[in-house]
Amino acid sequence: MQKFFHDAVEFVPILLQGVWLTIVVTVGSLLLSTVLGLVWALMRVSGIGILVGLSAALINVIRGIPIIVLLFYIYFVMPDFGIALSALQAAVIGLGIAYSAYQAENFRAGIEAIDKGQIEAAQTIGMGWWLTMRRVVLPQAVRIILPPYGNIMIMMLKDSSQASTITVAELALQGKLIASSTFKNTSVFTLVALMYLTMSIPLILLVRHFENKANRK
Amino acid sequence: MIELRDVHKSFGKVEVLKGITASVAKSEVVCIIGPSGSGKSTILRCINGLESYDRGEISVEGARVDSNDRSIVAIRTRVSMVFQRFNLFPHRTALENVIEGPLYVKKEPREQAIARGRALLAQVGLADKAEVHPPKLSGGQQQRVAIARALAMQPKAILFDEPTSALDPELVGEVLSVMRKLADDGMTMVVVTHEMGFARDVADRVLFIDGGVIVEQGAAKSVLNQPQHPRTQDFLRRVLHPL
Repeated sequence: MQKFFHDAVEFVPILLQGVWLTIVVTVGSLLLSTVLGLVWALMRVSGIGILVGLSAALINVIRGIPIIVLLFYIYFVMPDFGIALSALQAAVIGLGIAYSAYQAENFRAGIEAIDKGQIEAAQTIGMGWWLTMRRVVLPQAVRIILPPYGNIMIMMLKDSSQASTITVAELALQGKLIASSTFKNTSVFTLVALMYLTMSIPLILLVRHFENKANRK
Repeated sequence: MIELRDVHKSFGKVEVLKGITASVAKSEVVCIIGPSGSGKSTILRCINGLESYDRGEISVEGARVDSNDRSIVAIRTRVSMVFQRFNLFPHRTALENVIEGPLYVKKEPREQAIARGRALLAQVGLADKAEVHPPKLSGGQQQRVAIARALAMQPKAILFDEPTSALDPELVGEVLSVMRKLADDGMTMVVVTHEMGFARDVADRVLFIDGGVIVEQGAAKSVLNQPQHPRTQDFLRRVLHPL
């Protein structure tokens, strides 16, 4: 135990650099996936044939490709097409796109759960599609969307570790590097696991808060 | 003011409107009665473009109603609608429900919209409920807010789709009396209803619809008191004397 604390004092500062990158990757891809997911979802419920089809196809393609392959594709293949990205950029974009499919399905479910009468009422006071979405549907859908959204945040935090496969020195990769140079596997990976858990707990509490709020209404 | 000429409408293979021709003049109150599934609500929903129609023509103040055209937005601001299930926005207060259209569709100044919104809530007897959210109101109160919301658009006509059918019996009166006041003030109204007393007392004209056609129409009192067509007689007998 004493040895563990000794190792901890030594390794935590290095691992914290990884934590920082983990947070950057998670927050970056969370923002990107939210925006993209909302766009896919709005296309899906637009009622315009070509947009509906395009969005459904996109979501299925994205869902059908493993995140790690998507990351490899963006980081290693895109340069062949003249798009060279840093590892961090590629990680944010790859995870953002990968998760946009799940975000989109969550948003769509929330939007479609709103009573059709709400949309009709908005129409009868002269609201167009976008105004109806912005003023009537989305504010009500948020309450339904938030609990699953919190779960997606937790999954993203953990899946940000996949960025290590394209050389982003986030927490998991940082841990692996230290472990392979010091052979202190137990201490290092215990620390890594504890750090992920520490970051997850606030999110888990947030999800619980969302759920309570959603159930109260 | 509202004209329907030979309007046909099908849902899939079921033809619900089989050639409806009718007109509503300014300040006229027309009640549409008939058995459920006869197409009454569909007529209202076609008039303000919530449903499209297949054949014939509907026009409001000369403007053709086409639910797929941008012009429908302008028509809807002139012809408001009140729903059976109120359809108030639950995440907004009564006042916010009322001023939503004026603020965001008509882009009225905020103070003006609020002042008129409060006046409208007072007009329907709910001045003290302005800051309350709809789920905390009774059905009758919610429907009165919905009427205030419709009035806030300063419409030329209001369509009522069974406005009291979802209410507990003791709450029906408060909604009907608000509607009667509107009629007295000269509002053009088309009301789908099962309230025969309201139709008899307030309506200028009654249309009896069955199976997607107008079976009988005329002055309210004559249709309701001396129905000519056997289907009208049968319907009224069952509604007025259910036992």
